[in-house]
Amino acid sequence: MNKVLAIGLNTFKESIRDRIFYSLLFFAVILVFFSIVLGKLTIGDPMKIIKDFGLGAISIGGTLIAIFVGIGMVYKEMEKRTIYIILSKPLARWQFLLGKYLGLSLTILVEVAVMTILLFSLCVAYEQALPWILLTAIGPIYIEILIILAFAVFFSAFSSPFLSGMFTLAIFIIGHFTQDLRLLAKGSQDTVFKALADGAYYILPNLERLNYKTRVVHDLAIPVQELGLSFVYALCYAALILTAAVFVFERRDIP
Amino acid sequence: MSDSAAIEIKGVTKSFSNGWLGKKQVISNLDFQIRDNEVFGYLGGNGAGKTTTFKLMLDLIRPDKGEIRFWGRSAKDRQARALVGYLPEQPYFYSYLTGAEALGFYASLFDMTGQERKKRVHALLDLVGLAHARNTQLRKYSRGMLQRIGIAQALVNDPKLLILDEPMSGLDPMGRKSMRDIILSCRDQGKTIIFSSHIISDVEMICDRAGILANGEITQIIAMDDAVSSNDDTIREITCHGGTLDLSGIEGQIDGQKNVKHLVRGNRHIISTADKKTADMIMETIRTQGLELVSFSQARKSMEEIYLKSTGQDTKPVAVEQE
Repeated sequence: MNKVLAIGLNTFKESIRDRIFYSLLFFAVILVFFSIVLGKLTIGDPMKIIKDFGLGAISIGGTLIAIFVGIGMVYKEMEKRTIYIILSKPLARWQFLLGKYLGLSLTILVEVAVMTILLFSLCVAYEQALPWILLTAIGPIYIEILIILAFAVFFSAFSSPFLSGMFTLAIFIIGHFTQDLRLLAKGSQDTVFKALADGAYYILPNLERLNYKTRVVHDLAIPVQELGLSFVYALCYAALILTAAVFVFERRDIP
Repeated sequence: MSDSAAIEIKGVTKSFSNGWLGKKQVISNLDFQIRDNEVFGYLGGNGAGKTTTFKLMLDLIRPDKGEIRFWGRSAKDRQARALVGYLPEQPYFYSYLTGAEALGFYASLFDMTGQERKKRVHALLDLVGLAHARNTQLRKYSRGMLQRIGIAQALVNDPKLLILDEPMSGLDPMGRKSMRDIILSCRDQGKTIIFSSHIISDVEMICDRAGILANGEITQIIAMDDAVSSNDDTIREITCHGGTLDLSGIEGQIDGQKNVKHLVRGNRHIISTADKKTADMIMETIRTQGLELVSFSQARKSMEEIYLKSTGQDTKPVAVEQE
């Protein structure tokens, strides 16, 4: 496990020095601040708008960083040829992949934490109270990002960054609509569409299970059991995808 | 399988996908052994398969068939790699790390305590002469300094076997000398070393044996001692001084297989041949044409010639040349 941690810490060091990390973080910060403007312009409770938009910004910003850093994870090591020395050491490929994944997860955790602090600061400025309840939505957002990161790593284990980015983005988008798609297919007469919608629902991750933004912003109750089940489901799913990534990566040549 | 072999490569074949054109065989039926505590030179032109062989040894790529063993242990065994230190060709590192951080990171991939790591990093930076740059980021290192960090990381686990891919490339004469010294001192410590090179003189200077690779196959393995003592094809070089030397009279008697080179520099003639009988005839011609013999020397066949012959590049026409 020490080797996994060594790879993880090195990956973390590397990604926080990556310019793309800062540009995306900047983009996310802008989005959070944009919510203030939107709050002022919109009719209704500006706090709800700020919270809603801020949570959305954390989700989109975190996902984009996960995709950008995840898809280049293996490719960059190969392109820069740093992988040859690493894998010539007595290190299993799963240790390398898991270490990289943990390092990137930590990077994204920092990014999510920075945006959360910003959002909390905004809320305190408006309400003079810390909105701890927002963590009920931010926790699942982070878990969702971990699934997206696992997919990015999986695709990057065998395809180019561009294709990996496209595939991962597609998973992110479809993952939010599998439930709706299945409902839609239920009313349809088309058996092929029904089968496809069912297939997508069972195979692809149901990311809406981790979307608590609206319920948190509107103070709707969220049962702890439901939250716990969503966490278990998401972590199992991420573990499954990572296992698939290891399976592919173990078998490929590092030319 | 022999127990005394440090590396045993048996029937290894490797091909890569060549897109629509099918597969291209890069290594075919490679079969050789490297003895314990031996410095083995691996010679071959670009694309001969040297780096591919090393990657196969390190399990970075997998052979289509055949197997590789280090002291009897399969190279696929992760723990076998704990015995190995590897320096890739033109090594690349995490440029944001300092020299000491990079070595510390590589050391953390072995089972070493923090204290051991610290001591090892310190000793290695001293060994490769980079103690002064220990806190400098690698992005600020010169090409030669990176090569030295490369050899230091290869030694981080005090390996029994060193695999060095073109260790001298890109180094200035001083750098090459210090790399040679490091390799020789590693041999003195009982390590086994295999290194690839384009620079034949380096191989001649420090190797016990050398394998010549061409088109993915070992065409010849030469023991340096044998190459030095062998009298076959010894080059005879005759230098004479005077007017014109006309060798056309003996052209018909020269063995067609023996190459005669005739260089003219003003009044000086340098003639070389590998054939004793031809050399005698040339000496006789020099005497009869009244030229003054300056020197006669016999040189052993150089590694370069052995290499060129072995790789089928020694295809110069056999003739008396005049320049």
